[in-house]
Amino acid sequence: MNATALEKIRAAFPDATCSQVLNYVVVDVQPEKLQDTLTRLKNDQDFNCGLLLDVTAIDYLDYPTPQGARFRVVYTIKNWQDNLLVQVRALVSDPEAGVPSAVPLWDSARWGERETYDQYGINFQGHPDLRRILNHCQFEGHPLRKDYPIDKRQVLYETDSLEPQIRARLADKGIDEATMKDINTEVMYLNLGPSHPATHGAIRILTALDGETILANVNEIGYLHRGFEKTAEQRTYNQIVPLTDRLNYCSSMINNIAYVKAVESWLGIQITERAQFMRVVLTEFYRILDHLVCLAAALVDMGGLTNYWYLYNEKEAAYDFISRLTGARLTSSFTRIGGMYRDFYDGWKEDLERQLVDIEKGFGDALKLVQTNRIVHDRTQGVCVLPAETALSYGLTGPTLRASGVAYDMRKDAPYYNYEAFDFDVPIGTKGDVYDRFMIRFEEMVQSVRILRQVMKMIPEGPVNIKDSQVVLPEKAQVYNNIEGLANHFKLIFEGVKTPPGEWYDSFEAANGELGFHFVSDGSGRPYKLKVRPPCFYVMGAFHKMVEGNMIADAIINLSCINIIGGELDR
Amino acid sequence: MALGLEANLGDTVITTKLDEVINWGRQYSLWPFVFGTACCAIEFMSAAASQHDISRFGAEVVRFSPRQADLLLVCGTVTYKQAPVLKRIYEQMPDPKWVVSVGACACSGGIYDNYSTVQGIDSIIPVDIYISGCPPRPEAILDALIKLQDQIKGESVLVDRHKDFKGILD
Repeated sequence: MNATALEKIRAAFPDATCSQVLNYVVVDVQPEKLQDTLTRLKNDQDFNCGLLLDVTAIDYLDYPTPQGARFRVVYTIKNWQDNLLVQVRALVSDPEAGVPSAVPLWDSARWGERETYDQYGINFQGHPDLRRILNHCQFEGHPLRKDYPIDKRQVLYETDSLEPQIRARLADKGIDEATMKDINTEVMYLNLGPSHPATHGAIRILTALDGETILANVNEIGYLHRGFEKTAEQRTYNQIVPLTDRLNYCSSMINNIAYVKAVESWLGIQITERAQFMRVVLTEFYRILDHLVCLAAALVDMGGLTNYWYLYNEKEAAYDFISRLTGARLTSSFTRIGGMYRDFYDGWKEDLERQLVDIEKGFGDALKLVQTNRIVHDRTQGVCVLPAETALSYGLTGPTLRASGVAYDMRKDAPYYNYEAFDFDVPIGTKGDVYDRFMIRFEEMVQSVRILRQVMKMIPEGPVNIKDSQVVLPEKAQVYNNIEGLANHFKLIFEGVKTPPGEWYDSFEAANGELGFHFVSDGSGRPYKLKVRPPCFYVMGAFHKMVEGNMIADAIINLSCINIIGGELDR
Repeated sequence: MALGLEANLGDTVITTKLDEVINWGRQYSLWPFVFGTACCAIEFMSAAASQHDISRFGAEVVRFSPRQADLLLVCGTVTYKQAPVLKRIYEQMPDPKWVVSVGACACSGGIYDNYSTVQGIDSIIPVDIYISGCPPRPEAILDALIKLQDQIKGESVLVDRHKDFKGILD
């Protein structure tokens, strides 16, 4: 983004307060102007913000500087063609009255606003289905409000039936049960999950069937909602790194890197060259691992167990490299604000190259089994098609969006860590069916291997941490041998890295799409608020659009090819 | 645990010998149901894959119907939203059945000491073996399996182990 974007928005919205934060524009509007502003930003060709990335709210109850009202809602929207990121914010003094819903503009607001309602109790007028999403149906109160005690636990005795929702969905689709009776058939309801082998975690998929065809589908998530955001408010910035491991546990390192990058961007830290290259190496390596697990599990669901051994064994072998590097298999916690936990070990390049050769063989073998396999083609081609407009409207990003033919990849469109210097392609689907979603992941692994080979040649020598005693822990020799080092260490551990007061959003191209972090800082060493924008959440929000009209067996393979990870879906 | 024989035989030399035969069979043919919710389930995938190969211990027949399983592996965080589901699955499993709590979250809530997370699944269902770790390594899962086999060796068809269990949902 450049300064002209700010001027353009300022000129278009004279009543609003516009400012630039990091590399995006923040537009503060009066609540009654919110809907008009969002409509114009979406529909005006000058702005063309087709992607609603996230909706959240902030509770200012304990915030040191008064903001004029207790709550504020924030819409993060993006024009992906021109890389224009805008946050539209409005104060909410009465949460019961709330603000007008953005569902008519973007479908991703359906789940985004439901989450905001669930966590903060803010009403969205005109929302078609405003009910809880992460917390259970018998839950009382709104956990992310500052006056909700973190240890106030509420037991659920009876699971939600979802009956009104599935009936409403059937009615939406124009299916009348009386008509069905007339033609001597009836709708059958089938519930998949929350504990089902195909859900790869805990998601509930309720379908209304005509024979084997899905007429309507509603989904329930939140089974793994383990309070990441509330817990993060109690931790110092570096203590949150282990929590981010457990968001997308198939590619924990990408979360670590995305998180510290977001904090560093606000602190204005430029990490060392070597650390930047290390982060690229690890991101791309974990992107491969994430796709390996996704494809291994997906092909098992389709009945191809052999692929599981070819693909999963390479992931298992990769743990040897990761264990040597980080000391852990799954939960790496390898980044620190200002750099990395430590440098690569001697001989890592040979180890990594060996892994890459094995991985190429693994997915090459698996690809041979599926690429020209008639059964795979028949089961995946033209199945669960998601057109590009629907995908954008539901806020999809990453491989699932690219499978629908939208060439949006942050590594190309908003590059960071020297991505512009690497030679790689972004694979794009043509139809947006299950086949495209599968093949994109195979091709992305090929491209990641390509990037890795280039980075391994280019990586410079040098320190991995910056020299800033306010951010990075001192050397152990300093801590044990002189009082300044000891005091420095003590302060950083107990108080955390202090961030200037303010609010910011930063995002990263993770394996499943855009992983964003929205912070509010009150100037202390702990975030006042930390909201994650998980890619899975919005992909799952479009699930019914993909499966309705298809067979029940297609829903299973569709779920596995979009790679829903409970940890980041429900946080 | 009952077979229907003990009512007639009681605690006699025949039932002790019967215990030995039955326990020998049970301990080497555990059929697990994986209640996988989070990160620990990925480590179970590793335990089942070629390198660690859970079938060496006779527990590779992973069932996805609780009615066909006798070993419940709870892999991952259990939230209050999930608790009734877990309890229902446990109740659907036929006796005799055993429960392994895999990882810190299932054992005690782990790092998630907050409003949504159950602080240990033993407040919902009875647990036989606890595995520490966040997540535990596949070797730890195999170790728990061996410990469970040892435990089964000492059990008796006459004893109903969890008759008096009462959890928060009961």
